[in-house]
Amino acid sequence: MLIRKPSDIKSSEITPESVYLNRRSFIRGAGSIAGAAASLLVPGSAAALATDPKASGETLDKISETAFSTEEALTPWKDVIRYNNFYEFGTNKRDPYDNAQDFKPRPWTIKVIGECEKPGDLDLEDFLKPHALEERIYRLRCVEAWSMVVPWVGVPLAPILKRFEPTSKAKYVAFRTLFNPGQMPGQKVPVLDWPYVEGLRIDEAMHPLTIFAVGLYGRVLPNQNGAPIRLVVPWKYGFKSIKSIVTIRFTEEEPPTSWNVAAPHEYGFYRDA
Amino acid sequence: MTQLQLVERVLKPAVFIIALIPFAYLLWGFFTGGIGANPVNEFIRETGLWGLRLLLLTLCVTPLRRITGWNPIIKFRRMLGLYAFFYSALHLIAYLIFEAELSLVYVIKDAVYRMYITVGWIGLLPLVPLAVTSTDGMLRRLGGKRWQQLHRLVYVAAVASVGHYLLLVKADLRDPLFYLAVFLLLMLLRLPPVARQLSGLRSSESGRAAKGIR
Repeated sequence: MLIRKPSDIKSSEITPESVYLNRRSFIRGAGSIAGAAASLLVPGSAAALATDPKASGETLDKISETAFSTEEALTPWKDVIRYNNFYEFGTNKRDPYDNAQDFKPRPWTIKVIGECEKPGDLDLEDFLKPHALEERIYRLRCVEAWSMVVPWVGVPLAPILKRFEPTSKAKYVAFRTLFNPGQMPGQKVPVLDWPYVEGLRIDEAMHPLTIFAVGLYGRVLPNQNGAPIRLVVPWKYGFKSIKSIVTIRFTEEEPPTSWNVAAPHEYGFYRDA
Repeated sequence: MTQLQLVERVLKPAVFIIALIPFAYLLWGFFTGGIGANPVNEFIRETGLWGLRLLLLTLCVTPLRRITGWNPIIKFRRMLGLYAFFYSALHLIAYLIFEAELSLVYVIKDAVYRMYITVGWIGLLPLVPLAVTSTDGMLRRLGGKRWQQLHRLVYVAAVASVGHYLLLVKADLRDPLFYLAVFLLLMLLRLPPVARQLSGLRSSESGRAAKGIR
């Protein structure tokens, strides 16, 4: 029998959810009032986009800064691109770096299907075209007890998904990675039930922090990091942030997710970090 | 130079140095970043793997002696076993410092809640009495028979070490299954009928040569 203690927190003391959800801007707002005087003395220093002298690859244009960031120290480019869990290219941390270099992320078509008014197959460029790229600096946390701070470049999911007009039956969004063992040698081994699949509840997918990333450190997303387009959900463990997405499906039922299928006790559908 | 001199003066020092190479590499990589973005994890992983590899190599000695009839090979067993202990101890120490941050509570909780940690302890603890009693003096004090009985603990350590590895990988079982296969093969070669066959094979083929060494 469960014995309940009377709650020791009065409902009047509970922070309204809206304030809680916007706590960063709330704090920033409070800070800016206090800092207003100071800013008169110090010339405003617009924070530049994240860079790393070792970063390579094609640069992305017109990236705007965003309020959703963190001041934590960035993980260097060399580590972000050499320490990856991307079993499609091998199960050791360095395997994706070693095995993904010949992967062809272009041309790339994304199929949007399921409970929506405007399904379709879109070329990646068309999929992204109406939206502005933003930098988002998030901490990526892995269930293996490591994490890194990554300056992603991407687009929030919400405005993209809304273009396909999900219906009232769209309670979840399911994502699928490319299946192509010729290009993804790890898929020749039945380590997981390929192709990799993941999913979010529709409100999680529509959350302003949830993004499709297409770059990092201002460069086109390297193959081993999930090129050409991957999910980033900063409050969930890394395995939810599916890479190299080819299919997006709106569904009414909770979709199966790869690690949950492989080890249900360790990887719940809702795996908040 | 006799065969025994060759073993004592050349081969054993060579094996001694070679077995230190992984340690030197890990130590270098740990401080220079040469072993990747997560040096602590890599150090723990690699010391554990080398502990297991050396333990299995130690278990190769007896079957190899039976197969080849080359008895001086036994001279390497203690060194290999002590290296297995050395790397396993490094593995444990790194775990205690970096994962447990020297918290006894953490260590106990971890051993209770995580099966692979529990099994890891079973793989490691038996190596301690084996290392302690590895000297000639301890062998004399214990007496050959009791010493041998005690040292059968190596099988407990080996099976638990392989089990520890099998339990801790997330999905890709290929590597731990390889070590399991090696372990099972080494056990198979120890089954009395198989072991007799191996020795018999040798003595019927070149009995005189084998006797010559003995």
